[in-house]
Amino acid sequence: MLKRLALLILLLPVYTGSLARGTYQEPDAFLAETFAGTTPEPAVIWLTGKRKDAVKRLLGHRYPSLRIRYWQRGQRSAWILEEIGKDQPITTGVAINAGRLEKIRVLVFRESRGEEVRHPFFTDQFRDARLDDKGKLDRTIDGISGATLSVRAMKKLARLALYLDAETRKQHVTPAP
Amino acid sequence: MKFNTCASTCLAALLLTGNGIAAAAKMPSQEEMWQIIQKQQREIEALKTGQEANTEKVEAAADAIESVDSDKQGSHSTGKVASWIENTQIGGYGEMHYNNLDSKKEIDFHRFVLFFGHQFTDNLRFFSELEVEHDNTEDNGAVELEQAYVEYDITQTQHAKAGLFLLPVGILNETHEPPTFYGVERNPVEKNIIPTTWWAGGIGLNGEIAPGWSYDFAVHEGLDTSAGNNYAVRKGRQKTSEADANDLASTARIKWTGVAGVELAASVQYQEDITQGGDSNAGHAWLYEAHADIERGPFGLRALYAMWDLDGSGPESVGADKQEGFYIEPSYKFSLFDQKLGVFARYNQWDNQAEDSNFDSEMKQINAGVNYWPHPDVVLKVDVQQQDNEGGNKNDNGFNLGVGYQF
Repeated sequence: MLKRLALLILLLPVYTGSLARGTYQEPDAFLAETFAGTTPEPAVIWLTGKRKDAVKRLLGHRYPSLRIRYWQRGQRSAWILEEIGKDQPITTGVAINAGRLEKIRVLVFRESRGEEVRHPFFTDQFRDARLDDKGKLDRTIDGISGATLSVRAMKKLARLALYLDAETRKQHVTPAP
Repeated sequence: MKFNTCASTCLAALLLTGNGIAAAAKMPSQEEMWQIIQKQQREIEALKTGQEANTEKVEAAADAIESVDSDKQGSHSTGKVASWIENTQIGGYGEMHYNNLDSKKEIDFHRFVLFFGHQFTDNLRFFSELEVEHDNTEDNGAVELEQAYVEYDITQTQHAKAGLFLLPVGILNETHEPPTFYGVERNPVEKNIIPTTWWAGGIGLNGEIAPGWSYDFAVHEGLDTSAGNNYAVRKGRQKTSEADANDLASTARIKWTGVAGVELAASVQYQEDITQGGDSNAGHAWLYEAHADIERGPFGLRALYAMWDLDGSGPESVGADKQEGFYIEPSYKFSLFDQKLGVFARYNQWDNQAEDSNFDSEMKQINAGVNYWPHPDVVLKVDVQQQDNEGGNKNDNGFNLGVGYQF
């Protein structure tokens, strides 16, 4: 019994991250990386009317905010979005370029499991993804065993960012003051 | 005539003069034009200022609404209630089966499960699973606590837990909500050999070793089987109900998920006495298990092998010193807009008295069927079951229907 307990203790922190609990990249750092160091001023897109309904259909629930801040320069836009995996929100950065998903990254992961979704072997699947005419991603995203709900949340956020990026290019979107 | 000509001329002159006077009156002077422009400019500036003020009011209103949603302060009593609700999660799953088999024709609400969890702080939480089997506690029903543990995040990738939890072995043991597996009933190999669902009270560690590599290690109550059960491992589950802890067990697992859609894992378990000291003819036990769980695009493949090695003349006398089984399950999933339809086949083979040369106890079963997901969390299932058992074991053939959900 004591030998087993000793073994248990020896297995403590084998691999640790360097940031605070659950934070893999600060949002400001993600934006700076996306815009090569010069982050533009944020704009705002309001989730009203048909856009609100479309977002609700896309996520399966209302987005918990009346408006979403985003950053845009030319064809590139960046979004900091959240979606609950199992029971905690996953904060994700998504960059869109010319209507295609350029990168998606887990910024803050608060759940107790499923954090494998932060690794490139999962997120690389989203590169160059776009929405099809039914509002779905144009490819299959393979999941991770034991992280089904985290995978589902990431897919929803990818679709949301692609949809909102397309919306920002329509005339009636008002930039932030 | 002269009068008429004169009158016409005068009239024309008057009309022209009148139009000229009117035209002269309409056209503002340059000075007036400048005044009008300046006035309009002031009105435009006023409108812009008003619009900016309205935008600020709308933004402030949106800030106020959103802060109410996320505010954890509030009054003393309402703040406490709101915080409790916000940090408590409820979930569950359930499944009802119709079995039309040689052994029985039955409708059974097999499982009704509720999860309760509470987040005390960002890195300390409680999780539990309460299950009602077969609808009530009369006849074969049961109310069971299958999970109830406290988990602490030592670091962002290393976690410790204490309490009652599912052991890290097999594919179904930890993940067995109905929409997550094919077939109405859980496969007989994991059921009889692992033995799924297997939970125990103890302490454990789990975490990430490197990207795609994770481990689990636990020390927990062991099995307590007996000669009366032919040392069958499934009969040895104590379910942390006044469990005999004379001989604890240790379980370790290494898992690789380094490619999306692929899981490879291996578990090993050791227990010093599988009868908790109750049978001098029985001794230690080892469990070895390995599996692959692959889902790439529409293709799926599950394969698992598990083997028990029981020491002692007691298990040896009935051939239970080796208990083993394996299965392989290919599948294919079709997408139908937002819904999915999956087809599968599974070959199962297991033996809880594999070393008994006097009695051929090997069991073989083939399942084939369909899962239909109208929603990712709801599933309808149908499968046919065909057995080809050796020795005196009767075949149990037929088909099964099931409905299941998770939330």
